[in-house]
Amino acid sequence: MSILILAEHDGKHIKQSTRQAVTAASAWQLPVHLLVVGAQSGVIAQQAAEVTGVTKVLHADAAQFEHPLAEDVSALLTQLGRDYTVILSAHTAFSKSVLPRVAAVLDVAMVSDVISITAPATYVRPIYAGNVLSTVESSDAIQVVTIRATSFAVPANGNSAEVVTVAAPAASGLSRWIKEDKNVSDRPELSSARVVVSGGRSLGERFDELLEPLAHKFGGALGATRACVDAGFAPNDIQVGQTGTIVAPELYFAIGISGAMQHLAGMKDSKIIVAINHDADAPIFQHADYGLVANLFDVVPELTAALNN
Amino acid sequence: MKVLVAVKHVVDYNIKPRVKPDGSDVDIAGVKMGINPFDEIAVEEAIRLKERGVATEVIAVTIGKANSQDTLRHALAMGVDKAVLIQTDVEVQPLAVAKLLKSVIEREQPQLIILGKQAIDDDLGQTGQMLAALINAGQGTFASIIEVKAGEIEVTREIDGGTDVVALKLPAVVTTDLRLNEPRFIKLPNLMMAKKKPIETINAADLGLDINPRLKQLKAADPEPRKPGIKVANVAELVEKLRLAEVL
Repeated sequence: MSILILAEHDGKHIKQSTRQAVTAASAWQLPVHLLVVGAQSGVIAQQAAEVTGVTKVLHADAAQFEHPLAEDVSALLTQLGRDYTVILSAHTAFSKSVLPRVAAVLDVAMVSDVISITAPATYVRPIYAGNVLSTVESSDAIQVVTIRATSFAVPANGNSAEVVTVAAPAASGLSRWIKEDKNVSDRPELSSARVVVSGGRSLGERFDELLEPLAHKFGGALGATRACVDAGFAPNDIQVGQTGTIVAPELYFAIGISGAMQHLAGMKDSKIIVAINHDADAPIFQHADYGLVANLFDVVPELTAALNN
Repeated sequence: MKVLVAVKHVVDYNIKPRVKPDGSDVDIAGVKMGINPFDEIAVEEAIRLKERGVATEVIAVTIGKANSQDTLRHALAMGVDKAVLIQTDVEVQPLAVAKLLKSVIEREQPQLIILGKQAIDDDLGQTGQMLAALINAGQGTFASIIEVKAGEIEVTREIDGGTDVVALKLPAVVTTDLRLNEPRFIKLPNLMMAKKKPIETINAADLGLDINPRLKQLKAADPEPRKPGIKVANVAELVEKLRLAEVL
């Protein structure tokens, strides 16, 4: 009767979303084990042991986990997971790839993108791009769940859980990692940034020129609409929305964004939303705490300058 | 190489769904339906592989009620060679869909299976990965580029903070992301012709699989609305408000 959380890290740090999954796990009031997979990842296992709420760290260190493949991680998680009540992780690209494989092999359902756990097997999750909240109950003996990290608090550090080594099964050979191309930026990670400055297609070629300085003022992250990304004005990985990244920062700037349903799905849980748009009838204003109807090419630099003082 | 694509019949993406007055579910009676947009990308990719001479045959499969045929007609009009409906009135959840697809895959033996990364109704995003696990295949989730090489495929994936590339042994499962391609516009004559093409119907119950739903929906509800905001007149007032809200 314990919970097994699949941890995620970048080789240096455990992800904030993994910590938030530990908070989510507290709903069950059961021992929480954190599984760290990696190569030369002792540092990560130590960090995992320090997260308040973690009872034990399972550390699988193997060469094939330098770039962990879903096929290999799921094989390990399936093998370990049979003894657990709950297999949990944050709803990230990594876990979204791994956990369904585990659920399928264990022949149990999976509950994705949970925003609230209301009973040991009852969950609230958004459907239809967040237009509806669905409460579902799972009847399976092992619960496989991913949580929306932004819906759960970040736990403190100051723990020293036991770390035990677990053996990894041999690599499956079904897939092979070739390369990755991560956008190197000194900005915080979009999904966990305190401030997000997002722009729509109307910014055009001036997307970076206008929004970078504003984001810089807050040490915030940049976001964009799908239309803006599709038009090539912003990179794919900063798309905010139903099918992109879901954010819920303290402060969200929607600049030149009309407010399509699919975009709202990715940001409407932000604490404070500021909308700047020249169109007074844009739907985004119905969701904004503070709306400014103005030409964004004038007021964005003005706002950036005003924040200097 | 045979390619199989899985398609789902869903509420049109432009429609804002309404919850039934008793809060039991979303009311989709009489609502405009269509192919799940990510699945349309999957169909497009398969057809492009055929047009390039890489794929020899493209099969589209859907699972659901009789009206799911409309989505198969859409796939036929785009250019798939064969359409299969696994018919059931049971609410099929991802695990059940993966099991049903597996049975068709065992019969058809495709080398590549392409699915949307998620359906825009339940937003679960599980079926492709579950299917890959059940047929013990490699997977390329959130694909933005698919390249077929000798005996394997290379998939560029959209991951948090960038992209990565994985090579998969065949047969393999790929789930599509938005930027894999832009699906073609269907011409009216193609749509008319697709109406005459045959659709193979399999009764899901005849396959002898456990497809009962494991998740029970207890309630569907509208999200809590945000409290109404205000319009500010200028930048100075905006900065003032943000100061008062203590977010600066």
